[in-house]
Amino acid sequence: MHDLIIIGAGPAGITASVYAARKRLNTLVISPDIGGQAAWSGDIENYTGYQFISGPELAAKFEEHMRKFDIQLKENEFVVDLNKSGEIITVKTNKGEYQAKAVIVASGKRTKELSIPGEKEYKNKGLSYCATCDGPLFFDKSVAVIGGGNSALDAAAQLVRIAKEIYIINISSALTGDEIIQESMRNNNKVKIYNDTRVLAVLGGKMVTGIKILRQNKEELLPVEGVFVEIGLLPNTDFAGILEKNESNEIIVNANNETSVEGIFAAGDVTNVPEKQIIIAAGEGSKACLGVFHYLSRHKFNS
Amino acid sequence: MAKHVVIYSTPTCPYCIRAKQFLKENNINFEDIDVTQDHAQAEIMIEKSGQMGVPVLDIEGDIIVGFDRDKIKTALGI
Repeated sequence: MHDLIIIGAGPAGITASVYAARKRLNTLVISPDIGGQAAWSGDIENYTGYQFISGPELAAKFEEHMRKFDIQLKENEFVVDLNKSGEIITVKTNKGEYQAKAVIVASGKRTKELSIPGEKEYKNKGLSYCATCDGPLFFDKSVAVIGGGNSALDAAAQLVRIAKEIYIINISSALTGDEIIQESMRNNNKVKIYNDTRVLAVLGGKMVTGIKILRQNKEELLPVEGVFVEIGLLPNTDFAGILEKNESNEIIVNANNETSVEGIFAAGDVTNVPEKQIIIAAGEGSKACLGVFHYLSRHKFNS
Repeated sequence: MAKHVVIYSTPTCPYCIRAKQFLKENNINFEDIDVTQDHAQAEIMIEKSGQMGVPVLDIEGDIIVGFDRDKIKTALGI
């Protein structure tokens, strides 16, 4: 049995694992990937110590730091169920079952889908959820970014260096991302911002050829070869039925990162902590691990 | 004999980095094609795989889209 199982290996999970290793806890990390959303981010200019670093580079540094320690890692594995019976917490994955005295849920968030016709058919055929990854394939092409928040603006900012023209398709009446990126997008003549506009369908043959939009109550056809979906995120909490969540399905934690179940902690974007930032997730991960350490040392386990 | 492995990738894609790391760990030689630098090769990749996502691995005609460890192992026979 492990002292601690950490679910997820994004900034929160990795930071927790580094703290756990330094506290000599017998730790297992389970995650489908490494780096989490940080690995998919574009340019990061607000992580202290780095005036500028790209998402993949920062994620690689996180991973390097984790691998410096002898931490057991199950990669390519995702959790399907979380349960507690007596003092033992059981984590069931698509490949096995593991037990621990304490758990930190740091499973983060995933991108929300549009749920419109054509979305599934054209995924990876012009439609993408990752401008960082797939953006470079749209050299000199017309593309649409769906969304109006920070992740949409981040995607657009990456695409201006590559694509011929970029349409930002925003369902609300104004953009909501950081003012500094909003301004640079508004002032870029490759970028056209369509507010109050909905996407109705993704169209194409073998690959995407356009989108059908509803702009100021009029249906239009917008010819684009790329569609980047950036309409927000959903917490990865499907497996966490036993934990209390808020209306957005985020795990509710207190200031010590404790959830509604004793021995189960949570950290980062999957929780109801205000503001989702890499630096906040990392900080929360360390806090959760220190909480676990105190919990394990004051709690008498029978086994 | 070792199979000829081609990987179509972009420098910024995390799964491309992981896939290449995986090949290196298993001592597999591969040809790395950066599709952001070579637009003709990007078209070839799209034609081969029928899609635009990276990475794409071509293991002597076995086309694998994404970093799928198990499929790569099967194709390589390791």
